[in-house]
Amino acid sequence: MTAHTDNGLAISVRGLSKRFGEVQAVQGMDFDVHSGELFGFLGPNGAGKTTTINMLIGLARPDAGTVEIDGVDCTRDPRAAQDRIGVVPDESNLYAELSGFANLSFCAGLYGMGRAARERRARELLALFDLDKAAHRKFGGYSKGMKRKLTIAAGIIHSPRILFLDEPTTGIDVASARHLRQLIAELNRQGTTVFLTTHYIEEAERLCDRVAFLKDGHIARIDTVANLVQPIRDRHVMHIACGSDLAGMVARLAGLFPDLQFKSPQPNLLRVEADGPVRVGPLVRALEDDGIEVFEARRMQPSLEEVFVQITGIGIDAMRREKEKGGGRQ
Amino acid sequence: MKRWIAFWSILEKDLRTYYLKGPNISWGLIFPLAWTSMFFIRSGSGLGAIPEVLPGVVAVSVLFGTTSMLAVAITFEKKNRSFERLLLAPIPLELLMLAKTSGAILFGAVNAFVPVVMASFLVDLGHTNWLVFVPAVAMIAVASTFLGLFIAVAVSEVFEAQTFSNFFRFPMIFLCGLFFPIDRLPVFLQPVSYVLPLTYGADALHGAVRGSHHLPYWLDLGMLALFCVTLFLGSLWNIRKRWIL
Repeated sequence: MTAHTDNGLAISVRGLSKRFGEVQAVQGMDFDVHSGELFGFLGPNGAGKTTTINMLIGLARPDAGTVEIDGVDCTRDPRAAQDRIGVVPDESNLYAELSGFANLSFCAGLYGMGRAARERRARELLALFDLDKAAHRKFGGYSKGMKRKLTIAAGIIHSPRILFLDEPTTGIDVASARHLRQLIAELNRQGTTVFLTTHYIEEAERLCDRVAFLKDGHIARIDTVANLVQPIRDRHVMHIACGSDLAGMVARLAGLFPDLQFKSPQPNLLRVEADGPVRVGPLVRALEDDGIEVFEARRMQPSLEEVFVQITGIGIDAMRREKEKGGGRQ
Repeated sequence: MKRWIAFWSILEKDLRTYYLKGPNISWGLIFPLAWTSMFFIRSGSGLGAIPEVLPGVVAVSVLFGTTSMLAVAITFEKKNRSFERLLLAPIPLELLMLAKTSGAILFGAVNAFVPVVMASFLVDLGHTNWLVFVPAVAMIAVASTFLGLFIAVAVSEVFEAQTFSNFFRFPMIFLCGLFFPIDRLPVFLQPVSYVLPLTYGADALHGAVRGSHHLPYWLDLGMLALFCVTLFLGSLWNIRKRWIL
């Protein structure tokens, strides 16, 4: 195993490419993740997130490029860095037949921890994740939120320097998701580098130091959350929810209000952008004059979600729906 | 040391999760009992026939004991992605797969001695050459397990693993000289027998129990070892090619 080189980089990727048949899943990808950073890796389904993560963790072989994890070149020996990383997949993949405690103890054993150490660590993590009361219940009987918590606990059982988290809060209740976010932030404060993939852009915005946006197998933008949001911070954006389809209205409104920019991201939703405050009254009147009922007009705060939509051209809701249908494992 | 802790963790988990389960243990007992009874009744030769059928029953018990659970367990773990957890552990793939197959090897070897214990109450097994019998059982267990592994890593679905296992297992019962000599098979089938691992195991077991064998023991055990190495390396190659894309 190559010695750890302390260059401040937890992950260094250069020219990473991967093709599956006719599909170029990842194309010449370059990025670095700094030690101790909480890094968000965002993109629509099919952008190449999972393929990239699989190459980083050693579950896929790159066609070209290099991957260094904590200073270890994983391209030649994918297993060389595996004791330095923890991986939490997007689906809970622990053993349904084993209890929570037995699952954690087993995972610790995979990293060579002796019996006393692994049982101590399992108890510690069960307490940290509020699962101590369910420690001896079978994993198969856990709720979705409990399963996610235990899967994350299994990912950090060996105290890895770098943690890959794939959709940690997808499909769980609000309280569990909030608790998990607090735990992820706390892990990061304690020095763990976190590589986070999520469909919840607000989650990335709240947690991440830097974010990379993927599109069509390459990185479209990478920067701190503050820098990404800055260009739209002074823009005024308004969403107007209507009672009927707005097809055809966008061009008409653009003619009536030349200072405003209009889009209809969903059939019944009108998005209005301007450099200054948007006067709602004339807009509503124009819509109602055309027989369109207006339900709600809402000022949108500048957010990472806005940037994501601009860069990828994909609505967050559409992306989530696709994810919930089970797509997006590329 | 760390690697062996990982090895033991996988083995212990598999024994608990798959092999030391009531239905599996009862299968291990009922199956040899049913086969012994069937051939015993069919032979119509009284208790004297037991040494003739014992090697075949032992071989079948090992074959089914090793392959039944392993092929399904590995395919199932691959399907529900828990196998990824093992692939991410910092241990060499060779050691990981040895750990994953050790439970089946142990279970198959223990299964082999169920009919032996049953037979020992009925006939005198004092003439058995245990120095050949025990290594032969061990080698059959390893070869059969690796055959199960080879099948498991070549398919994607649990039902495919079961179907392909039977595709190999049932013909072997008739083609490998377990219950009747290979030279009684049609001539065109006889070469097939010699490309199946159980032929060599059965020959060694017949030699050990009855003193009647066609090939030297070193060749029987050597061929079994060759099958073990080939099937194991083939399985590793397949995992690297198909599972680590």
